[in-house]
Amino acid sequence: MAQTTADFAHVPATEAPLVHQRVGWGQIFVRFLRQDKIGAAAFVVFGIFVFLAIFGPILTSTETVTDLSKLYSQPSREHILGTDYAGHDIFTQIVRGTRSVMVVGALAAAMSTLLAVTLGALSALIGGLSDSGVLLITDVVLTIPYIVFLGVLAAFVKLDSPILLAFIIAAVSWPTLLRAVRAQVLSLKEREYVEAARVLDLGTWHILFREVLPNMTSYIVINFVIAMTNAIYGQIILYFFGLVPLSGDNWGLMIQFAFTKGAIYFSDSLWYIMSPVVAICLLQLSLVLISRSLEEVFNPRLRRG
Amino acid sequence: MVAIAQERSAPGRFDVRSALGRFWSHFLVRRIAKALFTIFFVSTLIFFLVRLLPGSPIEVFISQLTSQYGYSYEMAASQARSLFAVDPNQPLALQYLDYLKNLARGDLGQSMLSPGVPVTEIIFTYLPWTLFSVGVSLLLAFAGGVVLGMVMAYRRNSALDNILSILASLFYSVPSYLFGIMVIVVFGIRLGWLPIAEMRGTLTSGQKVELSLAFVQDALYHAALPILTYALTGLGAWMLLMKSSTIAALEEDFVTAARARGLPERRIAVVYVGRNAILPLFTQLTISIGFIVGGSFLVEPIFQYQGIGYTLFKAVQSRDYPLLQGIFLMITVSVVAANLIADLLYSRLDPRIRETGRSG
Repeated sequence: MAQTTADFAHVPATEAPLVHQRVGWGQIFVRFLRQDKIGAAAFVVFGIFVFLAIFGPILTSTETVTDLSKLYSQPSREHILGTDYAGHDIFTQIVRGTRSVMVVGALAAAMSTLLAVTLGALSALIGGLSDSGVLLITDVVLTIPYIVFLGVLAAFVKLDSPILLAFIIAAVSWPTLLRAVRAQVLSLKEREYVEAARVLDLGTWHILFREVLPNMTSYIVINFVIAMTNAIYGQIILYFFGLVPLSGDNWGLMIQFAFTKGAIYFSDSLWYIMSPVVAICLLQLSLVLISRSLEEVFNPRLRRG
Repeated sequence: MVAIAQERSAPGRFDVRSALGRFWSHFLVRRIAKALFTIFFVSTLIFFLVRLLPGSPIEVFISQLTSQYGYSYEMAASQARSLFAVDPNQPLALQYLDYLKNLARGDLGQSMLSPGVPVTEIIFTYLPWTLFSVGVSLLLAFAGGVVLGMVMAYRRNSALDNILSILASLFYSVPSYLFGIMVIVVFGIRLGWLPIAEMRGTLTSGQKVELSLAFVQDALYHAALPILTYALTGLGAWMLLMKSSTIAALEEDFVTAARARGLPERRIAVVYVGRNAILPLFTQLTISIGFIVGGSFLVEPIFQYQGIGYTLFKAVQSRDYPLLQGIFLMITVSVVAANLIADLLYSRLDPRIRETGRSG
């Protein structure tokens, strides 16, 4: 990008050092985390979940030991979070469930971000009738209640792979992001460097990928995090309400079992049902706080003095 | 504006194109056109989901009837026709037109699980309960959020603000259905404070729908938990939004001017700050309506509150496609209508919206 601007202005090479030594994002980030304790805590919590998602299934045993003498046992040294309706260790299930929750969440967020960013940025750049068309469809999909749409779609499609599950979630969650991206591009479009690129007739794709998108990376990253929280809720909902074939390890599935097999009948199942609920809330809270922290890192005006 | 328009068109002959243009640029007309398009889009989407997806519900239904119950194909097809309000033997385009014609007449087909009962009848039995509980909770959350948000903004960085901010973030990040489960598990089962089983349903059996205090009490009693859930989980967002919006309004010049004029602080808070700070919240209201109605799909099954969300949930689980598509359409229509009302309300509150609608 620096190159294109230089080309345009025909700036002699000697003037290049005008670009001062920049403080890297990494440095700002570290400095910021020292000030923002809550943000730092959120990053640590999220880091733990990522660790569990990667190594959890390796560290825990695959065999689930059914121990009928220990139904709904309370937390002990042996079972940190107690046991479920069949005497399975709850902590193991939480650890093993982390991966599928995170993978589907990240996958769905990636898909919807990709769609929203390309379509939103393109329609904002091109403008005219195609822009109105994209905006109209976006508004329409946005009007349909997200969860209902998700549930209805799930009734028509057999959701038996994580990719399909992520796809369905992405299919209903792109509109908010698209509108945000479009608004951002509309304002970036008026900047001088985009105008310069247009004068040079560099083409829409060049302007999109070399001029506009690099300047909204931070924005996209923040929105990716937000999209991930939505995707996690989406899949938990599908699992919990039994709209996905019930198999594998997933927190939503745990809640579903805890609710239907335990909570309504046994008051001892508190640990069983609350463990996945708390895990979800922790993960989501860490993501929300991370997105706030990132916003403050990237946008110094928001920082509290 | 109207006067100018009349002057312009009065002397010459009636110009159809400019009249149409003026008509189209009218805020209300554009909103209604968009609302109608949304409903059309959703009904088309449903049609193609039901008809075109591989292993579509209609084909499955027909093949089930022919293989399991020994129906002839014609009989099965006519059965399917009455259920889905679509004739599977006609070309697709004709089927589509038929389907739209039936929709326009309010014919959504019949439920698969309870044959002979029209989908519209089922919807009208259950929808009012959802609208009631969702409406009450939305009002509660909105009013509470506005008041608390203003308090937070006025007491910025105080202990109260910090506590309320944390609470708001917490309410904001806990989804409604998890909140519902926690209420049942903690207050209903563990502590035994709430008679969860007794509070199920929309009315105590034997209670008739009538205009009496007993009826209202009973309806509120049964709706209390869903209302509490929607209201508390929605409250956080309103509080945070109102706080930032109030802080922005407090920095406006007209507030400083009002202070300089020595107006009482209470009057400034209500008339100058509050009325301006509340405006951005109305745009969120439109999104929020859809969000809560969607939330009923999850919250109602948890509390066994027999509203439209509960019915949709049953329909999705049992793959009762005609009922499912009918409710999906109906929910969309209610959300679109609610959005339209909120938009109109907003345009009354903030005339700037109408102005931009005209120029754009």
